[in-house]
Amino acid sequence: MQYLKNFGKYFLMLREVFSKPTKWNIMKNLILKEIDDLIYGSLGIIIFISFFIGGVVAIQTALNIDSPLIPKYLVGFTTRQSVILEFSPTFCSIIMAGKVGSYITSSIGTMRVTEQIDALEVMGVNSLNYLVFPKIIALLLYPFVIAISMYLGILGGWLAAVMGEYTTSAEFVKGLQIDFKPFHIFYAFAKTMAFAFILATIPSFYGYYMKGGALEVGKAATTSFVWTSVVIIIVNYLLTQMLLG
Amino acid sequence: MIEVKNIHKTFGQNHVLKGISTLFEAGKTNLIIGQSGSGKTVFLKSLLGLHTPDEGEILYSDRRYSEMDSTQRRNLRKEMGMVFQGSALFDSMTVLENVMFPLKMFSKMSESEMKDRANFVINRVNLSNANDRLPSEISGGMQKRVAIARAIVNNPKYLFCDEPNSGLDPKTAIVIDNLIHEITAEYNITTVINTHDMNSVMEIGEKIVFLKNGHKEWEGTNKEIFKTDNAAVTDFVYSSELFKKVRQMYIEERD
Repeated sequence: MQYLKNFGKYFLMLREVFSKPTKWNIMKNLILKEIDDLIYGSLGIIIFISFFIGGVVAIQTALNIDSPLIPKYLVGFTTRQSVILEFSPTFCSIIMAGKVGSYITSSIGTMRVTEQIDALEVMGVNSLNYLVFPKIIALLLYPFVIAISMYLGILGGWLAAVMGEYTTSAEFVKGLQIDFKPFHIFYAFAKTMAFAFILATIPSFYGYYMKGGALEVGKAATTSFVWTSVVIIIVNYLLTQMLLG
Repeated sequence: MIEVKNIHKTFGQNHVLKGISTLFEAGKTNLIIGQSGSGKTVFLKSLLGLHTPDEGEILYSDRRYSEMDSTQRRNLRKEMGMVFQGSALFDSMTVLENVMFPLKMFSKMSESEMKDRANFVINRVNLSNANDRLPSEISGGMQKRVAIARAIVNNPKYLFCDEPNSGLDPKTAIVIDNLIHEITAEYNITTVINTHDMNSVMEIGEKIVFLKNGHKEWEGTNKEIFKTDNAAVTDFVYSSELFKKVRQMYIEERD
């Protein structure tokens, strides 16, 4: 019953987020700050993880090709498909649920605990629009992060495969080009956009409606991470079935 | 002026406010007192519009809150200033930015006009050389002054304070009380303060509403509260040794 109540409350929150906008000259600065915190601040971890996971995917694929009948370009092909279809959009989003999601929940939750949200409301400010809307807009740039992740994942795979002498550069590049479907890029970025919205709103929901003190802020951040991950995985399944199934 | 007519508020099975009626006049420092759990905070939040009463009416200068749509309610809130118990300053903003915030949100002033106005109220609350400091870099008393400056920067008609001197030393607490009292008279604001500090009651309580278990048990002035025979009030007022001695002296003087 509580889940159903939260589900309804989440959509009521979204309605409020998009109503009674804050003045543009204030909103503009809030959006820039959120881009700095949520997008720019996440690049380091995404770059690091993508590069090495791409390398691991390439090595694992190469090590599992036993039969001489399987062409070596499959290493490049598998790296491309794994990184573009799943690793970059989905698993990077799960990582972001931990990094960005916890940050959003704890920062909004702390504002709730210290009555800063009440202060906004008392002043007549639409606190949901003020706090959540800039995060949604900032995360519209999330596909750029994922594009970087895709590029570096494949680069990591290429370097690992070539430097480890699992395949040649030409074979790897052939694998990258073979049977390429541009729709897969659309699919990956469509998923990314959906995940960006989830990353901005679900952690905000748990931060905004939390009750209690400092301990509860920590609990809310954990709950937010769990639910953001669960929703990302469910939406991933549904979008995959709808777009590729 | 705020008129409260028979308001009730329930949370689940808990009937927190049980038919409170009173009148808070402009230019006067009105205090709500009572023990913890008596309903003071819920009452104050109801006056602020953060809780909607289940029954009864609240009238702000004869405007009924229950008849207002969401835009009118938001506009009404622009006429309110609030000093929170923990000051509730925005911790990512400097002192000046905190005070300028309501102006940035709602006024059509230029940047320099906003700065002038903010500096004026910052000076009014006797705060100096703190404009560029973050809330975490200033003392609790200074934070309270910033909170008061932010609350009055937009010339509010109504000022609400939740335990404005909690966590402050007795001397600073008196300074903060006097500041609120002066500002109330100077700008003819309807000020409502939620407190359980008897020093505040004694110093600035022009009207006092005593709540007990969600009821209005008693109301009167700071002169009357020390003479009342209401058992609940005397039990609350003379719960400290200091006030017991003051009462004893009063009785001895009278007799």
